Amino acid sequence: MSIVTVQLGQCGNQIGFEVFDALFSDSHCSQGLCSKRENEAYQASCKERFFSEEENGVPIARAVLVDMEPKVINQTLSKAAHSGRWKYGQHSCFCQKQGSGNNWAYGYSVHGPRHEESITNLIQKEVEKCDSLNGFFIIMSMAGGTGSGLGAFVTQNLQDQYSNSLKMNQIIWPYGTGEVIVQNYNSILTLSHLYRSSDALLVHENDAVHKICAKLMNIKQISFRDINQVLAHQLGSVFQPTYSGEGSFHYRRNPLGDLMENLVPHPEFKMLGVRNIPQMSENSLAYSTFTWAGLLKHLRQMLISNAKMEEGIDWQVRPPLSGLPTLGKMSLNKEFHFNTSIANLVILRGKEVHSAELGAFKDPALYTSWLEPVHAFSVWKTQRAFSKYEKSAALVSNSQFLVKPLDMIVGKAWNMFASKAYIHQYTKFGIEEEDFLDSFTLLEQVIASYCNLGF
Amino acid sequence: MTQSVVIQVGQCGNQIGCCFWDLALREHAAVNQKAIYDEAISSFFRNVDTRVVGDGGSISKGKICSLKARAVLIDMEEGVVNEILQGPLRDVFDSKQLITDISGSGNNWAVGHKVFGSLYQEQILEKLRKSAEHCDCLQCFFIIHSMGGGTGSGLGTFLLKVLEDEFPEVYRFVTSVYPSGEDDVITSPYNSILAMKELNEHADCVLPIDNQSLFDIISKIDLMVNSGKLGTAIKPMSLVTSSAGAFKKQQEKPFDAMNNIVANLLLNLTSSARFEGSLNMDLNEISMNLVPFPQLHYLVSSLTPLYTLADVNIPSRRLDQMFSDAFSKDHQLIRADPKHSLYLACALMVRGNVQISDLRRNIERLKPSLRFVSWNQEGWKTSLCSVPPVGHSHSLLALANNTCVKPTFIELRERFTRLYKKRAHLHHYLQIEGMEESCFTEALSSLSALIQEYNQLDATKSMPAEDLPRLSIAV
Repeated sequence: MSIVTVQLGQCGNQIGFEVFDALFSDSHCSQGLCSKRENEAYQASCKERFFSEEENGVPIARAVLVDMEPKVINQTLSKAAHSGRWKYGQHSCFCQKQGSGNNWAYGYSVHGPRHEESITNLIQKEVEKCDSLNGFFIIMSMAGGTGSGLGAFVTQNLQDQYSNSLKMNQIIWPYGTGEVIVQNYNSILTLSHLYRSSDALLVHENDAVHKICAKLMNIKQISFRDINQVLAHQLGSVFQPTYSGEGSFHYRRNPLGDLMENLVPHPEFKMLGVRNIPQMSENSLAYSTFTWAGLLKHLRQMLISNAKMEEGIDWQVRPPLSGLPTLGKMSLNKEFHFNTSIANLVILRGKEVHSAELGAFKDPALYTSWLEPVHAFSVWKTQRAFSKYEKSAALVSNSQFLVKPLDMIVGKAWNMFASKAYIHQYTKFGIEEEDFLDSFTLLEQVIASYCNLGF
Repeated sequence: MTQSVVIQVGQCGNQIGCCFWDLALREHAAVNQKAIYDEAISSFFRNVDTRVVGDGGSISKGKICSLKARAVLIDMEEGVVNEILQGPLRDVFDSKQLITDISGSGNNWAVGHKVFGSLYQEQILEKLRKSAEHCDCLQCFFIIHSMGGGTGSGLGTFLLKVLEDEFPEVYRFVTSVYPSGEDDVITSPYNSILAMKELNEHADCVLPIDNQSLFDIISKIDLMVNSGKLGTAIKPMSLVTSSAGAFKKQQEKPFDAMNNIVANLLLNLTSSARFEGSLNMDLNEISMNLVPFPQLHYLVSSLTPLYTLADVNIPSRRLDQMFSDAFSKDHQLIRADPKHSLYLACALMVRGNVQISDLRRNIERLKPSLRFVSWNQEGWKTSLCSVPPVGHSHSLLALANNTCVKPTFIELRERFTRLYKKRAHLHHYLQIEGMEESCFTEALSSLSALIQEYNQLDATKSMPAEDLPRLSIAV
């Protein structure tokens, strides 16, 4: 089954390119560390999922590129075409001349309705190329105007038009200190709207990825390209093909459905975080070996201590002893907090993957009380190594990962809202103070719900 | 891609405008080596087949035939505009896009605004509509003028209302040269305050400049160049004041060096909209991020570096120095000290070989020494444009919405009051039809209200930033 990706705005398009590039490079990587037959099956599955084929054999990304100004899309299209290995469809993009000005209201209320038909048609055409549609990725940032506002509108649209298909929004969380001054407003409006229309929000934080580039990849002068490549790697490690079940060697056909079923049991809890391990520069890779036991131990500790990467993990944090109540409701101010999960998905790729021991992830102490661990934890596997890592493990978690960042954004937006600063820019285009209040209410509810998981 | 139209009004406006077009051509020539008419260059220039008579000559793609500036030149005296049209840039301007008169405004805002305003309103509208028609997607009008005289000040601000009514969707960015302390025009306080009211009400964004600051910057550069320490090691094209490589071979006019600084300001302001980069910033984003309340739309600007040393291996220390300089009071284009006042918002527009990590490192480094208003503690807007300015490997334009602009307004008000109390020269204004004393008092209260807003913000400066109680939810 295929996934159609909608790339929105500068961020969405820049990242989308890196994602397809990473997926393609990995699937054509010679170091799969598996049999030829296995490799071919992997490639075929990846292709079906993410690429369609043209007559002269160059795969075309199953993607629709949308931006309200032309510079980035032009760059993205030419970068893909220049690579010679894959490309975007010639008519897969929709572009306007004047951007959204970092204004969520403009993206949502002006661009959205104005271009609804054109964008819907483009998506429809892409969907028709699929033999069977698994669902949609929507890649967008929260901070700007197009990705955030138009992204929210398009997601709503997809909900109406494709109510049977799944939608996962890949949301880029901006740096805490300003890329855009009104980023907190744009973020809360985006999140509150997506909460109502999306099936899952997979969040990627710029700050976290930046640290990975600095500390693990040892990049000196980090560019957005570096950040986007690390992000693409994380996404690839989740969504490249995996076996459909324990003991099976056929590749899973419904990754989105399986993921949603496992990770989003309740519509109040849609915020997913992703971690992967190991992550290092290619030079270091040649000199490293890993064991599944070591990787999983680190990954589990990253989960329960809410570490964003494998360095600086706090090993002091421990799950509460079973049977005893947790230390009360999660306090947003406490430092050493244990991260309670609703559900987790671990994805293992590489040599001897079947020998990996995952019992520690099934410990009921990790999870909130209202799901059995057997339902709360799932694992996907493949022997085929990912992107030259002999062994790699990824974690997609529906847990308290994002409570603190969300709380910070809501807090800052609230402070700004109290002074009414910048509100005139939004009311100009039909987003009223009431809409802001609705968003605040919804998100405070989400924060409270996640905080209470410990009970 | 969008287009912008530059409207240069009065002597000052036209002289600056002329430098701007000169440097714009230089910049595009440096970037666009194959002479293809692309979207970047179309933002400020039309491509015209000069063999075709009349209007049919516009070419939208392909090789550059003849570039015409998207400009409207307005002056109530002929001297400056004539000189432009006889100079090396004569072919860049469309001779139909001019409005001139002979007698001038006599340094009288009322003459510029009321007399010439009504006299030329139709013509102005016609020229503006023409220039808009030539645009695929017109985004912004850039108005360049001075505040202290009669034409730039009076007619320049009359224009704003016309633009607002006729093109409500198009942004109005105004570059205003404020009179310095030693200004020789006696009535400049009157003209400035009357113009301020119009700027308050009809401009989206104002970039105030003053001659003294420009002059100080030039003195600083001259000092460095002539001190012998750096001497010939400065790349001539990199001087923010230089016209090297541009059409005008010599800096004939005394104000050219100063005008080039302002021209560079406008180029850097629009660079991220015209050229590609990893974090673009369009003109509509400037207004969105830097104007938290409609009246507070005055942005203090600074440009760094002022020159580039000839040595190619620039250590990152120099890069960081560029960021530090942007906040020093010596680099601001108006007399202002942003570091000791309160920031409402700040934009950093970086060009050239600078990455996001450089930007973040410097923000982290400089943040503790800057004071931001409580509700915008992380009030940074940033952009990264890959194309550096001519002669540089990187550059930075900082735009600050900061209460440091207040002293300029207070001083202006004081000078106004001194004159007004004695009713000096008032009759020159009141004898103009449409002018009454209420024009003066209204303009004064408009300015006072603005100063009061800044005062209120400054009062919060010393208060600690407290988090407000949040909505409580019943779980």
